[in-house]
Amino acid sequence: MTKRYGSTVALDDVGITVADGESHALVGRNGAGKSTLVSILTGLNRADAGSVTFGGDPAPALADRDAWRRKVACVYQKSTIIPALTVAENLFINRQSLERRSLIRWKSLRTKASEVLASYGVDVDPARPAADLTVEQRQLVEIARALSFGARFIILDEPTAQLDGPAIERLFERMRGLQASGVTFLFISHHLQEIFEICQTVTVFRDARHVLTSPVAELSTDSLVAAMTGDAAGLRVGHTRPSLADDAPVVLSVSGLRSEAFFGVDLTIRAGEVVGIAGSASSGKVELGEAVVGLRKVSSGTVHVGRTAVRSGSVPDALKAGIGFVPEDRHKEGLVPTLGVGENATLPITDRLGRFGAISPTRQRTVAERMIADLGIKTSGPSQPVSGLSGGNQQKVVMARALSSDPALLVLTDPTAGVDVRSKESLLGVVDRVAGEGTAVLVISDELDDLRPCDRVLVMFHGEVTASFPRGWTDGELVAAIEGVSAEQGADE
Amino acid sequence: MTKTLRFARFRDLALLPAIVVLMIVGALVDPVFLSADNLTNVLQQRTELSLLVLGQALVLISGKIDLSLESTIGLAPALALGLIIPASAHGLGIELPEWTAIPLCLLIGVVIGAFNGFLILKLQLSAFIVTLGMLTVLRGLQIGFTEGQNLFEVPLSFTYLGSARWFGLPASVLICLVAFVLGIVALAYFRQGRSIYAIGGNVEAARAAGIRTERVLWTVLIIASLLAALAGLLMTGRLGSVGPAQGQGMIFTVFAAAVIGGVSLDGGKGTLFGALTGVLALGLIENILTLGGVSPHWIQAIYGAIILIALMLARLTSGKAQD
Repeated sequence: MTKRYGSTVALDDVGITVADGESHALVGRNGAGKSTLVSILTGLNRADAGSVTFGGDPAPALADRDAWRRKVACVYQKSTIIPALTVAENLFINRQSLERRSLIRWKSLRTKASEVLASYGVDVDPARPAADLTVEQRQLVEIARALSFGARFIILDEPTAQLDGPAIERLFERMRGLQASGVTFLFISHHLQEIFEICQTVTVFRDARHVLTSPVAELSTDSLVAAMTGDAAGLRVGHTRPSLADDAPVVLSVSGLRSEAFFGVDLTIRAGEVVGIAGSASSGKVELGEAVVGLRKVSSGTVHVGRTAVRSGSVPDALKAGIGFVPEDRHKEGLVPTLGVGENATLPITDRLGRFGAISPTRQRTVAERMIADLGIKTSGPSQPVSGLSGGNQQKVVMARALSSDPALLVLTDPTAGVDVRSKESLLGVVDRVAGEGTAVLVISDELDDLRPCDRVLVMFHGEVTASFPRGWTDGELVAAIEGVSAEQGADE
Repeated sequence: MTKTLRFARFRDLALLPAIVVLMIVGALVDPVFLSADNLTNVLQQRTELSLLVLGQALVLISGKIDLSLESTIGLAPALALGLIIPASAHGLGIELPEWTAIPLCLLIGVVIGAFNGFLILKLQLSAFIVTLGMLTVLRGLQIGFTEGQNLFEVPLSFTYLGSARWFGLPASVLICLVAFVLGIVALAYFRQGRSIYAIGGNVEAARAAGIRTERVLWTVLIIASLLAALAGLLMTGRLGSVGPAQGQGMIFTVFAAAVIGGVSLDGGKGTLFGALTGVLALGLIENILTLGGVSPHWIQAIYGAIILIALMLARLTSGKAQD
């Protein structure tokens, strides 16, 4: 199969064969093409070239949703359960009237729902609103719904990301049971040890290409990680700065920081130092970054920039203390789509563009034009609305906004998410440059390329810092620590 | 750059040709239309509406909505008067000194806006339903304490602004003009004004950029109510009394003028100049219908239909769905 989105190739002539009755793992780093493959396998998207067959029969037409649902179902990371409706109604959504063209008979609907739930051993009251369900129960209801359509091929997209240990074990138990009764699974996970535990075959995608398919038993963790990371060719992100002076002053000191997502984190960054924090989605790394920049309140612990204490949960305070940041999601917290490039980039510094709250348009344009030139933003000018820019250039605008206040500390969360290689190089070049000029930088990402300019990389796992790597780490050891395979080994180095 | 800039300007000026066409049509319908007296009249009758539109446009650009403005325009002057006139004239019998009437009227506007802000921002209730409730409550308060009566005993100082003429023009028209100029300048050239656009465009991003979003929104809601109270003051001066239905039914026209003038109900988009042209266009249409001798029984239906047509035209020229 091949699939292109505009000029990006999401899948480049890949193939996958899932044998009847097996649990097949699909792994790959971000952008490897996993989600595109899932959307094609579930009939939500059409491949530009190639075909899908189920048990030898060609896939149904794209419009025939019911036919697809009888073949394959996917339990997504994001819930497709409607919280305001009852479990029973969710199970039979859009087919509530069990006999066609009749009124909905609520009582028989609930009875039928209990039967379905009972037959798959799901212990949930069908009359309860779905909002009451735990993540685990919600997944079980989704699986039961999929099976009740007659599908015997289930795709689980990172089902364990939000579950705790015992719940994961119960899920695996259930998967084994269903597998024994003839259900086939495609299992997507970032946690490699889970694949060794539950799957028989593994397929690795990298950069939209198929890398390998192999029985799990014949593969070591190392070779799996190597297959996922490749040799990191193509991108040259340097570390051109001289090594850090011993007397460089401490810019950021975080001590005992604690919230729901992370526990007792201590961290110091010195002027000119670049520190990376890696970890999976559930590691708490993003929340830690948000706490440092004032987007999130903490329950205890302190953040100091130089000598100044930063008040928890106040962005204006963080700005004043000298923190600039790129938030995780540029669409959510990074950009105001209706405003121009110049205005977006200068939002935090409007007080410096004129007296008494006035904004001098000439001054704003001058500042914005300098930023556009500095970061190489491709735009028709400061007044072009950012909604018209490409992803890479939008991200550069967010970076410009972060740098606008000449911060002493720059916090970057997933700074190169969804941008092309060229923009990636230039964004990471900026990190190297500002650090050379004495800015302290905190890079929060699980993208290895983002972490290459770092002087050291900390790894977080389930809310705690579990490992620290000085410069010179290998992709394999870092990925292993992120996935929690050998976190302890990393900590020893 | 020039392309998008020109386009933005064009959006802003989109209604000017329509206004020119309306002027020509008006002149053809009745020569009286172009007389200074008639045009001044149109302007003066529209001052209260335009102040409401100014307030509403600010609220809409910030991404919120305030329906209660049409009741504030009645309650603020009525309650202020109630506090100074004797009980025999349907007052509350407190009989505060006469000079307090105008400050009280404006203060009542501020209090209503602050209370709206408390419900919307602190208790995080939906702005639509909160202000819809306030619309009913405020109107009910006015009818309640006036017992549904007109307040006729209005001191001269209270009617002055709404009836005086400065430099040959009604004072209210000049006040309105000043308010719009201040608003246009603030929204274009001041950081507080620009932060309203940022909040309306993406409140999360505005907060992440260090804007104190709650404070700005609260201020916007208070300003809108204050403008409604000012409009109430001017309307009372123009009419010489406060009726129990003062302002009732205006909110539809307020929204129509704002949307025709290019203000988005989604927030983050539109200009006060555009909103002003929306008010003028609707004012001219109504005036032409009256001069054209359309039966008073049909004028409402035709006026409403024209507003709907104007919304459709605005939708076609802006090219984007209005929601």
